[in-house]
Amino acid sequence: MGFIEILLVLVIVTDLALLGASRINSCIRFAAAQGILLGVLTLVSGAEGHTLRGIALAIVSAGVKGVLFPALMTRAIREARVRREIEPVVGYTTSVLVGVASLAVSLWISSRLPLVRPAASTLVVPTAFTTILVGLFLILSRKKALNQVTGYLVLENGIYSFGVALVEAPFLVELGVLLDVFVAVFVMGITIFHINRTFDRIDTDLLSSLKD
Amino acid sequence: MEQVLLGLAALVLSGLAALVLQRAAKLAALVATGGAVLGSAIALVPVLRALTGGEAPSLHAAWSVPYGSLSLELDALSALFAGIVLVLSPLAWIQGVGRLVALEGKRSLGPPLFFQNLLAASMVLVVIARNGVLFLLAWEVMFTASFFLVTFHDDDESVRDAGWTYLVATHLGTAFLFGLFVLLGAGSQSFDFDRLAAAPHTPVATGLAFVFALVGFGTKAGFVPLHSWLPGAYPAAPHHVTAVLSGAMSKMGIYGIARFLTLLGPPPAWWGWVLVGVGLTSGLFGIISALAQKDLKRFLGFSSIENVGVVALGLGVGVIGQATGHPVVAVMGHGGALLHVINHAMMKGLLFLSAGSIADATGTREMEKQGGLLKRMPRTGSAFLVGAVAISALPPLNGFASELLIYLGAAREATLGSTSTAVHGLAVIGALALMGGLAAAAFTRVSGAILLGEPRTDAVGRASEPSLLAGAPIFVLAAACLALGLGAQVVLEAIAPALSLVRASLGFATGPLAYVVVASCALLLLVALLATLRLALLSGRRVEAAGTWDCGYVRPTARIQYTASSFAQPLVELFSGALRTRRSTVLPAGIFPKEASHATETPDALTEEVYRPVFTAIRSALVRLHGLQGGRLQVYVLYIALTLLFLLIFQL
Repeated sequence: MGFIEILLVLVIVTDLALLGASRINSCIRFAAAQGILLGVLTLVSGAEGHTLRGIALAIVSAGVKGVLFPALMTRAIREARVRREIEPVVGYTTSVLVGVASLAVSLWISSRLPLVRPAASTLVVPTAFTTILVGLFLILSRKKALNQVTGYLVLENGIYSFGVALVEAPFLVELGVLLDVFVAVFVMGITIFHINRTFDRIDTDLLSSLKD
Repeated sequence: MEQVLLGLAALVLSGLAALVLQRAAKLAALVATGGAVLGSAIALVPVLRALTGGEAPSLHAAWSVPYGSLSLELDALSALFAGIVLVLSPLAWIQGVGRLVALEGKRSLGPPLFFQNLLAASMVLVVIARNGVLFLLAWEVMFTASFFLVTFHDDDESVRDAGWTYLVATHLGTAFLFGLFVLLGAGSQSFDFDRLAAAPHTPVATGLAFVFALVGFGTKAGFVPLHSWLPGAYPAAPHHVTAVLSGAMSKMGIYGIARFLTLLGPPPAWWGWVLVGVGLTSGLFGIISALAQKDLKRFLGFSSIENVGVVALGLGVGVIGQATGHPVVAVMGHGGALLHVINHAMMKGLLFLSAGSIADATGTREMEKQGGLLKRMPRTGSAFLVGAVAISALPPLNGFASELLIYLGAAREATLGSTSTAVHGLAVIGALALMGGLAAAAFTRVSGAILLGEPRTDAVGRASEPSLLAGAPIFVLAAACLALGLGAQVVLEAIAPALSLVRASLGFATGPLAYVVVASCALLLLVALLATLRLALLSGRRVEAAGTWDCGYVRPTARIQYTASSFAQPLVELFSGALRTRRSTVLPAGIFPKEASHATETPDALTEEVYRPVFTAIRSALVRLHGLQGGRLQVYVLYIALTLLFLLIFQL
């Protein structure tokens, strides 16, 4: 097992940890760790790894996902003065089981998925899919807007890892995705602020009272 | 053709100008109506030339839309219908100016003025379009314009309901038109009409196309059972708009059927049977329902259903004539049908416009509340009477001429020798006779209730003649009804090119009409003679006037008058099975009864008994889908995630 596999397994572990975490702060920390892991992954995988571009991409992505976003979100929690529990729709144990199930589905998908060129490791595709599915599941199963932001981040991490490890990562595309995520987090931060101000809580299910 | 397009441009541009100028309501109304009159006059010149057998101008240009092309042609059939639009709509818009300007400050007048002109222009485009895509486009513009006119008084809930029904019914009908064009145009590179006609079709495909055309166009024309939008939409629209909806727009449905009868090639006999069946149901159902109505415009709406039924009967006779190879029968049937289209446009326009003036003057459309209007509004009242006589198909007015032609065609058909044509012809004659009798009863009832007797409310008692501007179009249409009646022979000869049949057999149709003209003139002379005699007898004698329905009571009240409902009661009882009239009665009780009342209401039986249950069932089935839209963000994301996952796994 090479260094790259160890990194990928660690990414999966952070996925499962995110599903099992019961406090918002730990969620944010796991997401940050995942972001840094992906930055390292950029460095060690593929031809892109050792060029100046690759190094710059790794540093920028690790910096934004590992430092900037967590800082923003921690600040948002402080400002909004919300309860630190997550209040999931689906319980923690069930969530972890769903995570394992999505890992199984990802392994099956990756065995069937035709690839244009071989990946850096056989684990890359399953990891990417698991991360994407876990991100989606986090968005689905957590009520608090902040958790949905972390879910969105995880989702993006999945896409990113797919791109870095598989495609001859076009620098501009990666930067574009990063910018997307940045704007999304920014907008969500504003939304969280407004939901909080309107409802005194940041549970998104309160938004259903806005439907016609 | 350029001249027609110039006229249409004038219509649309003046409508747009009215939209811009809507702050100054009077100016906007002047510009839009002036533009309508001018545009119609410009377009009417080539239309009349084409109608009377001149060269049919046409225009072809490429269009980037798939299957589309800008193909226009103004042949005699198109010209006949375009002529109706271009004559009736400016008259109606002139009558409506005062009505709209009176609403200044309460409503913005730009949209109705714009949509009026757009409606007229789109109807002309419908009849000159020679490409399926262009036709459907014009058809939809026509619907949209009329929809916004129908829902003009959208603060009234019943108007919104009527608009909704109109929307749904029209789109169901238009879906069949799409089917029609796809069916005929399949395998062809474009939906140009001449290609649709030239392409070889199996008898099954042609038959299916005929049924699609009948359903799609029949919805607009108001054939039973596709009429359910009509009794709601006609009363909802402003009065002068209803005149155009009934007089011109419902004729677009007839145009479509007539056009496709020419495109689909020689018709088989069963089309004639279907058309007669449709005409029979529409005619009888329409006039029986009309008998039970109390709302003046709703009544006229049901009468329109009866009249498109008459047209369908005529077309049915014509088709049988074509199918069995008897051009005389064909020319009488089709000729009668087309003549009735023109006649009905004029007389229904006249009736709706005068009914509109009456409703404006009295503030109500309820005929049970009116009365004695012939004394208070002699000119409008007489015009209404002229329309009533015309639509009851009595000589010397125009309704008689066209129905007589259909009678003659059916009679000739019945005597052709074969059993099936005999049954067919006799069915048409019987239906026409029954419809004519019932129509006469219905219009006697209405005219009696609103024009004769004493006013039943104070507002009706204070009613007075409308302004000259609102009165003139009514007068013009009344004169047109008389002229079309006396000149039926000339008119039929003029529209003969529209029949696209051998001119040789036209003599059989125009011959009887010549007698009609002579008889009508004799009748008019007789009436004049009797009137002179009456004047002579009364001169030099004292003429006393007393209250109507005075009956020797000391203090009579207007409420003891015979009402419209009482007049119709025996007939309504007779047809109660089809009408489903709702009654609510409180009988007098005790020695000194305090209260007693009796009320009847007759909604459209088919809508209540068939469409409402069906649509309610559809609604309750679809309501379950509301659960999908729970308003929860997470659930929405779940839908997206599941869809993406499904697509991914599905592709593997």
